[in-house]
Amino acid sequence: MPTIAVWKFTSCDGCQLTLLDCEDELLPLTERVHIAHFLEVTSVSEPGPYDISIVEGSVSTPEEAERIRWIREQSAVLVVVGACATSGGIQALRNFADVDEFRSIVYARPEHIAALATSTPISAHVTVDHELRGCPIDKGQLLEVLTALLAGRAPDLPDTSVCTDCKRRGLTCVLVARGTPCLGPVTHAGCGALCPAVDRGCYGCFGPMNRPNVPALVPLLRRSGMGDDELHLVFRTFNANAEWS
Amino acid sequence: MTHRANRTLQVAGLARVEGEGALHVRTVDGEVDRVELNIYEPPRFFEAFLRGRDFREPPDITARICGICPVAYQMSACLALEDACGVRVDGQLRALRRLLYCGEWISSHTLHICLLHAPDFLGFPDGIAMAGAHRELVERGLALKKAGNQIMDTIGGRAIHPVNVRVGGFYRVPTPEELRPLATTLRQALYDALGTVEWVAGFDFPDLDVPHDLMALRDTDGYPIDLGTPHVSTGLTFPVAAFGDHVVEHQVAHSTALHARLDDRMFLVGPLARYSLNSDRLSPVAREAATAAGLGAVCRNPFRSIVVRAVEVVYAVEEALRIISSYERPDRPFVEVSPRAGVGHGVTEAPRGLLYHRYEIGADGRILSADIVPPTSQNQSAIEADVTWVVRSHQHLDDHALQSLCEQTIRNYDPCISCSAHFLDFTRDHS
Repeated sequence: MPTIAVWKFTSCDGCQLTLLDCEDELLPLTERVHIAHFLEVTSVSEPGPYDISIVEGSVSTPEEAERIRWIREQSAVLVVVGACATSGGIQALRNFADVDEFRSIVYARPEHIAALATSTPISAHVTVDHELRGCPIDKGQLLEVLTALLAGRAPDLPDTSVCTDCKRRGLTCVLVARGTPCLGPVTHAGCGALCPAVDRGCYGCFGPMNRPNVPALVPLLRRSGMGDDELHLVFRTFNANAEWS
Repeated sequence: MTHRANRTLQVAGLARVEGEGALHVRTVDGEVDRVELNIYEPPRFFEAFLRGRDFREPPDITARICGICPVAYQMSACLALEDACGVRVDGQLRALRRLLYCGEWISSHTLHICLLHAPDFLGFPDGIAMAGAHRELVERGLALKKAGNQIMDTIGGRAIHPVNVRVGGFYRVPTPEELRPLATTLRQALYDALGTVEWVAGFDFPDLDVPHDLMALRDTDGYPIDLGTPHVSTGLTFPVAAFGDHVVEHQVAHSTALHARLDDRMFLVGPLARYSLNSDRLSPVAREAATAAGLGAVCRNPFRSIVVRAVEVVYAVEEALRIISSYERPDRPFVEVSPRAGVGHGVTEAPRGLLYHRYEIGADGRILSADIVPPTSQNQSAIEADVTWVVRSHQHLDDHALQSLCEQTIRNYDPCISCSAHFLDFTRDHS
């Protein structure tokens, strides 16, 4: 049976939890793979090598920069999951600020806190085989990757925009019809257009799509009421460190 | 049986908790010399980067502190920001918030009960191994957890980091017809929840009555979830705006989470405190289940927290059904909230205990400062005290058994280490 290991780096645990949220699939899945390491779920931790490693979180400490290299060496296939692992996550906001000042805001004795000046994606440190976007990832996409790996085929993960998901659902465009600011036209598909489905504009938690045309979107966002400050903030949140343009 | 005067136990990575922590225990001449819950979860500096953000952003941003209890962060953030802006959300919008929160309680508690904590009592390394011997029990737990997630999917748009919550209410409110399938699921879930109480009540529990002060919210009616005022088992009560005067956090060298004390005394928050201060507020069915499970009006044994959690799941399922049955779609999905210069406080009951947010905003709606006090940093001292008791009173156990019992003791609090790292502002040096 193939072995699988799940690893946490700097993150909120939500993407690992997505695996446990596969309530109907979890037990059947454990009949097809052997969980060798998954600290949030089991006290058993077996030594590598591993057939599949799933990595959640960004690299934000010196220890993590070392650990990811070891995990890469031990893993035949490395799948990185979520905005932290694929772009550095919301904690990458420190990349645009002074981390020493950040430390002093939160801690009385900042010298005890080991943190790198930047929060970076896993791919900045090692070669990555597959990546799942999202804050958090989509359950269906996670099952698609695992199923594909077990079947020995390439996973079907579209790199188009949220607009394609939105059109498939038959939703009315919130940007064009209602003038609600929406990042759907430049955001990576995969969530199933959750925000437009609740009359809200997409806020980009899946990060930029393949070759996003942000300059074409900005005038539409301005026309729907966004000023310079809001435009700045909306691209600098959950995937601040990603290449939006 | 082994009995060694000097021993050191090290658990490098605590399993079946959310986040990264380690435990270090040292005994000298049979006396417990040191117990340290070492939280090495990397800091993420939320309170630092919230400065300068727009006042409408914290529900989405602070949800990312914790993937296990994002609704708790969204709700405390909304209350604090609405307080700053002088707005109160009530009626059916408040009911929908409470319904969403019930979903998180059901899902988070059931995950902990069935997959993370029950294996300790039954001698399995995890819920998956436990399913080998008790498949139907694990399947029942997964179905119950799924019912909680279905509430969050329906009301929040997704179970982890819901997209439908905003300051003032929601982006879109469901029609009564959209809630109907939830009611069908929840009627079955009630049986599963009652079965879970009966199951966990039969576990063996070490005898322990902790003397810590207990702090929880108490609301004008109902069991506290989404609203209430802090109450302490000493009889003390204070308005949420005075939270920072009573709960003070200290940095300790061995942890990236700050330790909190209540009026300079050790205290705990979470299911034991909530139950002990509010058992009179349970629904009749939940009350009956608690009594049948052997719980009195007060429960001070942290090992029985798994039973209290199971009772709270029964309550949350019933409460969700009650809200759905009296639901009428509000005319507007949210109350308009305009920024004004000021400070706001918000506190709600996360599954693990009281979660406090405080924001100072400018007249332009920019956040000037943010403070967040999560439950696990409030519980950290109590956890260390409980582990000290366990080590002192179980010296006869071999290292492996003692280590397992220490880990179980930590899991009594369902610690959310991702939440507790990187917090606080009312910091005082603790050298």
